[in-house]
This record gives sequence, structure tokens and C-alpha cells, in this order.
Amino acid sequence: MDEWLKTVMPNVVAYKSRFLTSLQQTFQMMLWSGLIAFAIGLLLGILLTVTRKDGIRPNAIVYRLVDLVVNVFRAIPFVILLIFLIPFTRWLTGTAIGVKGALVPLVFGCVPFYTRQVEAALASVEPGKIEAARAMGSGIFGLIFRVYLHEAVPDLIRVTTITLISLIGLTTMAGAVGAGGIGSFAINYGQNQNHQDIVNVCVIILLVFVSLLQLIGNGLARRTTNHHLLSKESK
Amino acid sequence: MIEISHIHKTFSEKGNRVEAVQDVSLHIAKGQIYGIIGNSGAGKSTLVRCLNLLEVPDSGEIRIGEQRLSMKNGRACHAETGAPLTEREQSRLRRSIGMIFQHFNLLDRSTVFENIAYPLRYTGMSRKEISDRVDELLALVNLQDKRGAYPAQLSGGQKQRVAIARALASRPQILLSDEATSALDPDATESILNLLRNLNEQLGLTIVLITHEMAVIKTIAERVAVMENGRVVEEGEVYDVFARPREEITKRFVASASALSRIQKLMDEDSPMVRTRPGDLLVKLTFTRESVGEAAISAISQKFGIAVNIVLASVEELRGVALGGLIAIFTGDPAQIQGAVSYLENSKVEVEVLRRG
Repeated sequence: MDEWLKTVMPNVVAYKSRFLTSLQQTFQMMLWSGLIAFAIGLLLGILLTVTRKDGIRPNAIVYRLVDLVVNVFRAIPFVILLIFLIPFTRWLTGTAIGVKGALVPLVFGCVPFYTRQVEAALASVEPGKIEAARAMGSGIFGLIFRVYLHEAVPDLIRVTTITLISLIGLTTMAGAVGAGGIGSFAINYGQNQNHQDIVNVCVIILLVFVSLLQLIGNGLARRTTNHHLLSKESK
Repeated sequence: MIEISHIHKTFSEKGNRVEAVQDVSLHIAKGQIYGIIGNSGAGKSTLVRCLNLLEVPDSGEIRIGEQRLSMKNGRACHAETGAPLTEREQSRLRRSIGMIFQHFNLLDRSTVFENIAYPLRYTGMSRKEISDRVDELLALVNLQDKRGAYPAQLSGGQKQRVAIARALASRPQILLSDEATSALDPDATESILNLLRNLNEQLGLTIVLITHEMAVIKTIAERVAVMENGRVVEEGEVYDVFARPREEITKRFVASASALSRIQKLMDEDSPMVRTRPGDLLVKLTFTRESVGEAAISAISQKFGIAVNIVLASVEELRGVALGGLIAIFTGDPAQIQGAVSYLENSKVEVEVLRRG
């Protein structure tokens, strides 16, 4: 086995420990920035839904403010965002490199996208359901948790999957500017030292990772949609 | 039970002012089935939403049971103290009024049980109490076997039954029905209307029902208000409105639910069925509760020696009281025909001359 690995990907084997470290870094970045972005994006998506003009607590000021911030950060290309945020990252975390330094730009890069996705998922909840719940005396928290979030679970799982997949892309870009992870491994040890096998393995790993996420996401979305609806869809 | 006085509601969207409800006053008695009919955009949906404050009227007063509310600056306030309703009070008010909708508005990801339990959760009831109450409600709407089903597995009529059970979960005395049968096929419509009538009789439930179908009003309501352009243009006992509609719009609604409405088409087409010869009279006779039992037609043909050629006829039953309608051609001596018309009018038969030959 080892012999075979040495022949098909000699450089990966040679840099085995760095390779494993880079994998670990990618997972760390995914986990922490994913969790933080999930929380913030969900919150902002709910905030937009609630405060929009026909929302359950319309508030033009809050809506416009969040809307503007989201649009601005979505408009900045991620590579530019990375360097733009360096001073802020340094102030917040004490460092702008490594996994810790990458969290801030990753969250900033991911949240606006995720917020919009959450907003769209919640917008697909029929207004009639909200109205019925209001007629039954539900307050704002009842409407958010028992109707919006409850009914949108499959959609929320779908958009979270999409967001996580795009987050993988962001972590590899962050790798290019010193965050570590599989992206920087592919660039520093693969491309820069002309080890094509390293690049190839990184591509395969990422493909597997993306497919796995998609598979899990689809499965969960399917399981949370009620069965009869599903059988109708598949017909 | 419900007293609405001088309610106004205006929506303004991008400079466009829509006066959805204008100066509407209504009284709905306890235990009554009250119909509000109008075309779409007439303001009936807005009006009914004012009752549970899904829409807050701009001005006016609403009394629901003992609670008197007056509207100030787009807020509902206690009429006595002038203090605005708190979130909690508003929530309690809404809980005391059930509501059902055209598209049922059930939670698709929840089972029938969970849908009906929705208004009972977080109210301090135990799991056992909730489960017992839901079973009671399922029995009430005759859906015991669908406890664990999802809405997508139910027919339209069954979904509306679930919605009715859910609306009644917190034991309201009032049920608002917003076009509840408009998305249903005729069989399901009939079964839902029967259910509503049973609930009205069994529980003494006051039902406010809005619809654009006069057939629904005819089947179930005791009183009806006709709305047009945000105003109530006609109001009264369903029987009286059917027997003697005053406004043009009411006449159209009544005609839409009557077998006699075909006459207009026949006349427009100049059908041989309604062709009159000189001296003939094409009339529409309405037999109300004062005259319906009488053998008026045979009486006039005997007394006045005229021939009565019946074109269309119908007998409706409105909550047990018959309402007859007849379209006929009178043929004979003009003076005798005139005598027959007077005789009918004296017997409390409404006579409307549609055409003189």
C-alpha cells in the first residue's frame, strides 16, 4: 500500500504531516467560521424577514441598515475583503494569519451570502400560515420559531449546504494569503514547487468533501420534508 | 355578541389610497351565522380581519362580548380607559376568536395532531390535557383516523376540517370564516357548511362568514350584509334579502343563486320559450312566506279566465322557510290580466313585469 502510494503521489507522501495539518486547518476553519456565520446569518436573515415592509414587525430603519451592510459586503470580492479586513482582524484576534486570522474574513465573506439565502428560504413560507398563527394569538417569537423556522427547515438545510460548499472555496482562497489549510498546501507545496500530484490530490479531496456535504445536505432536507410531499415531487 | 360602529380602514400604498372599509356598522347577535358577501376587493376580508385585530381600523369602535375597543391612531384601545391594548391582551382577544381561511393555512411539516395542538401549546396545559383536547376536537370534526397524517395526505375538505378543529381548540365563542369553502369542490363545500351549522347549533358558536358565493349564504346564514366598495350597501335577514333585494349588486348576487336567473339569457336570445304575443304579459312572481302556501296560479286562471304558461319555476328553502319563484306568460283579455296581477299583489305575491307583449 505504502509502496503504491509512493509511486502515484510521491510528494504527498513526502509532505505527509504537512498535508494532514493542512486538512486539519481546513476543517477547523470550516467548523468555526461555519458555526459563527450560521448564527449571524440566521439572525440577520430573520431580522430582514421580520422588519421588511410586509413583515411581522416592519421597521424601515433596521431593514435598510442590514440590507445595505449585506449588499456592501457582498459586492466586495473575497480576495480584496481578505486584505481590507487585515487591520480589523488584527485588532480583534491579535493576528491576521493562521486559522485564527482567517476566521474574521471568512465570516465576513460568508455571512452576507448566507443572510440572503436565509431570507429567501423564509420568504418561501406562505404568508397565510403567518396570518393563521397571528389569528391564533402567536407573538413575534412564536411566529419566528413555530412558523417561519419550523416550516422552512428543509429550505434552510438546502441553503446551509450551499453556503458551506461556497465556504470551502473561501477557505482555500484564505489559504492563499496565509491562513493555511488545503488551499495553501496546494499552492505552496503543489503549484510553487511544481508537484502536480499534490495539486491533484487536493482537488480530489475537495471534490470528495463537496460531494459529501451535498449528499448529507440533500439527505437531511429530504428527511425533514414530510414524506407525502416527497413522493409527490418524485412522481 | 359583536357590535361594529363606524369602522374605517384606509390603506395607502405609494400614494394610492384605498378605502377598504368605509363607515361600516354592524350588529351580530350571539349564536348567529352572519354572512358578509361581496366581490373581491369589496372590503369584506379587511372588515372581518378588523374583528380579531389582524387589521387595526383607523377609527371606529368594536365591541366583542364584554370588551369594548375604540380605535385611535391606528391602535386598538380600551374604550373605557383609552389605554392601548398590550401585546398580551391582543393575543388573548385573538385566542377568543377562531378563524379559518380559503387555503386552510395549515403547517405542512406538522401532523394533523400538531396542527390542532398549535394554539394549545405554551398555554400552561400539560401534554396529557393537550392530547385529550385534540382527540376531542378530532371527534368534533370527524377525523379521528387522521391524527398522525400530514396535511399533504388530506383532501381539501379534510384540511378545512383540521383548520376548523384548530380554530376551535381554545374554545372561542366566535368563528370567522374567510372564504372557507371557495377552494373546495361542491361535495366538500356542502360537508363543511353542514359542519359549521352543526357547530353553530351544538356549541352556540357565533359564525361570521365571508364569501362571494350567494349559494353559501343561502345554505347557512341567517343574516347577510352585502358589501360594495368598502361599504355595507344592504343588510338584513337572508330570507328578506332574497325575497326583496333592493340594490343592483344584491339583485345580481341573488340572481346568481337562483334557477330563475336563466330568464335574462332567454330574453336576450329571444328564445321561443319567452316569446310573447300582443297583449301577453311576461311576469316574474315571487312567493314569500306570506303567500307561498296559496294556490295562486290555479286561482287566477279560474277567476280571470287567463292562461298561465309557466316558463321557469323554483322553490328554495332558506333555513326551513320556502321561497318560491315563477316566471310565466299570462295570455288572455288585457283587463282580466290586469285583474289577475292585482289579485296576486293583494295575496302578497310580488309581481314584476318583465315584458309586455
